[in-house]
Amino acid sequence: MTSPLINRRDLAFVLYDLLDVGAFTQQARYADHSRETFEAAIETAHRLALEKFHPHNAKADKNEPTFDGNTVSMIPEVAEALAAFRDAGFFAPTKDYELGGMQLPLTVAQACNAMFQSANIGSAGYPFLTVGAANLIESFGSQEQKSLYMAPMLAGRFFGTMCLSEPQAGSSLADIRTRAEPQPDGSYRVIGNKMWISGGDHELSENIVHMVLAKIPGGPPGVKGISLFIVPKRTVNPDGSVGERNDVRLAGLNHKMGYRGTTNTVLNFGEKGGAVGYLLGQPHRGLEYMFQMMNEARIGVGQGAVMLAYAAYLFSLEYARGRPQGRAPDSKDPASPMIPIVEHADVKRMLLHQKWVSEGGLHLCLYAASLVDRIAMAGDAAQKARLELLLDTLTPIVKGWLSEVCLKSNEHAVQILGGYGYTRDYPVEQYYRDQRLNPIHEGTDGIQAIDLLGRKMAIKGGAGWNAVKAEIARAIAIAEAHDELRPMARDLAGLVETVEATRATLLGAMGKGQASLALANAFHFLDLFGLLVMGWMWLWQASAVRDLPPPATAEERAFRAGKLAACRYFFTYEVPRSAYLASMLVRLDDTMLSMRSEWFA
Amino acid sequence: MKVLVAVKRVIDYNVKIRVKADKTGVETANVKMSMNPFDEIAVEEAIRMKEKGKATEVIAFSAGPAQCQETIRTALAMGADRGVHVLSDAELQPLAVAKLMKAVVDKEQPGLVIVGKQAIDDDSNQTGQMLAALLGWSQGTFANKLEIGEGVAVKREVDGGLENVMLKLPAVITTDLRLNEPRYASLPNIMKAKKKPIEQLTSEALGVDVAPRLKTLKVEEPPTRKAGIKVKTVAELVEKLKNEAGVI
Repeated sequence: MTSPLINRRDLAFVLYDLLDVGAFTQQARYADHSRETFEAAIETAHRLALEKFHPHNAKADKNEPTFDGNTVSMIPEVAEALAAFRDAGFFAPTKDYELGGMQLPLTVAQACNAMFQSANIGSAGYPFLTVGAANLIESFGSQEQKSLYMAPMLAGRFFGTMCLSEPQAGSSLADIRTRAEPQPDGSYRVIGNKMWISGGDHELSENIVHMVLAKIPGGPPGVKGISLFIVPKRTVNPDGSVGERNDVRLAGLNHKMGYRGTTNTVLNFGEKGGAVGYLLGQPHRGLEYMFQMMNEARIGVGQGAVMLAYAAYLFSLEYARGRPQGRAPDSKDPASPMIPIVEHADVKRMLLHQKWVSEGGLHLCLYAASLVDRIAMAGDAAQKARLELLLDTLTPIVKGWLSEVCLKSNEHAVQILGGYGYTRDYPVEQYYRDQRLNPIHEGTDGIQAIDLLGRKMAIKGGAGWNAVKAEIARAIAIAEAHDELRPMARDLAGLVETVEATRATLLGAMGKGQASLALANAFHFLDLFGLLVMGWMWLWQASAVRDLPPPATAEERAFRAGKLAACRYFFTYEVPRSAYLASMLVRLDDTMLSMRSEWFA
Repeated sequence: MKVLVAVKRVIDYNVKIRVKADKTGVETANVKMSMNPFDEIAVEEAIRMKEKGKATEVIAFSAGPAQCQETIRTALAMGADRGVHVLSDAELQPLAVAKLMKAVVDKEQPGLVIVGKQAIDDDSNQTGQMLAALLGWSQGTFANKLEIGEGVAVKREVDGGLENVMLKLPAVITTDLRLNEPRYASLPNIMKAKKKPIEQLTSEALGVDVAPRLKTLKVEEPPTRKAGIKVKTVAELVEKLKNEAGVI
């Protein structure tokens, strides 16, 4: 083990053996690239993460940012890390050479991001939001908006945020009250309060570009009346220089359980008459635009969850190998030396669980990123549409299901360290607290479940589900060729049929006006679907291991044996849960729906 | 003024070194390799000189197997202009490297050569000094600070403090740890580095005899540290230091 951040062999396996990113270099856009340039970028990311982000992870947690009424203060290491991150070009890895980018495929850029997420999720939050906000302006902004706001964001001079929620409207965006009043000069005055804004204030950058959802008075009601505005913390002059403070005030910082390195804020827009804002794209299409950033963010949150699980897995594994405790149950000699706890089957249970979550999760997240790349590279519209449906359908699993299983995975890491794991002297308790955010932000897991069952399973006559099924069928056919994988391939085929039948029953109920009943158990459907997707990933990994040329070293043999063992664990201990989930789902059980508020207590 | 920097490909500093079973050396097969950290400092210093207008061109030199090109490529991605690689699969000892570098210096005529004070694999701490002797140039070793003017002012890390010396140019500098903090190879520069030229030479073409002058008898792991003991009193400690350890 040479890195506490990630298993580099595993990462290379995912990128080159599973996702074949080497083949991307046949595209004109990536013609200058090769495995060497990809690896050089990943190496830079790994070193920077290890040397500049990892060392202050615990310190940033113990010293959360403070606000004195005027200025936000935080430990200086955050700014130093982000300056090094900026100088190395990580604000624009996927962008054109002309924009200061490296023209990396998103899959490789996400592999780089994984290092920072593993090293220090709090400090990694700022660039994550900035890149997402810059992408929004790139997609929907005017030339002027691109040069005034996007360019300095890609250069790491301005940071960005996404301002959706309000104190009274979190998951329910139709009910936002922030309004934007048109001005004679074409700009708007934005007035309202925003809640839970990560990176909403700090002194890390010259400026902060808020992407704000607001309603233009007189527009349609509900989500159809929401528009998207660029509201800078400081105004930007036509020559690009930074001007006066805009009417955006920090009302206060939220004091969080984890993720403490990222400021989380309550922002007041327009205390003194209105913050100057600029409409992005067309009026009333703001939510549609923001979904681009939200979908990117959801994949990013899923990967952040995976990397917190991964870092904790690697730490608890090292600990388990070095901590002697007890003897094997069949050892009769009390004077014999104690064995490291990694030798105890119950500790292996918790390590195997963490292994399938971390490594399978990394595979799924980078697969999602590779779909974004393949959508961009798609030759024809039909292919592109199919890949988009595939990605849309998997997104709730990437964000919602992974953040659930990753939290459980972090719990195992704490458990392996026992009492030590529960103290602040070891990092696993911080990873656990940091992880606890992921089931909440960017659409709670409950929202993800309803999105999966209510929308993704139904859209275009089930075309998204069909796209997933086709991919899984291909993976099953490949696995069938290996004798030892055939039983698992058949289990997965059975699981596809189970999901098919469950989906049909639930959508049938929805079609008959029983939406509340069908969606009451959406969370369990998310769980069922997650098992299917993760089973697919692990069968894919096992097949790929079997197709590799003979191993050259003992380490490589161990790596491959570990992959097959994790796959076996998943199919033995996790896949069978699908039977009880499905039986409950197809009964359209109404235990939860029929429960009444007054009966609880 | 051209600046020549040497970059050595060594086992990555994070890797736990393992001695080969036959004790002829350390295991390098399937081991992660990277640039000697002291050489990164040399590259950084040369690039900063170029950024300040004190140097016109930075040339990265390496000697060894074909994979040394990767190490040169890293120097190019940090900001060096071009590379010179002396291809050799033989064992290269410091004297051989110094002779190869001298041949390249004769060809390129740099005004300054910067090398790491030592490599983290063999810790020889010889190449820079040997090269200065072969060239008959002044040398500033263990540099903590450099300033280029008429000559080059070097602050050296020596036992017990810092020593300031002024050298005439041309000169050979060896870098110490605190000279600078090397930059990361930035993403756009990784792409630019692909297009920068690396000239490949051989010891034969340069007319240098690289045959080892020293013979390695055996490589072994250092002995594992023995467990310590707790003493009850200061007097007992002093007694043990005097009589058992023999250090006072």
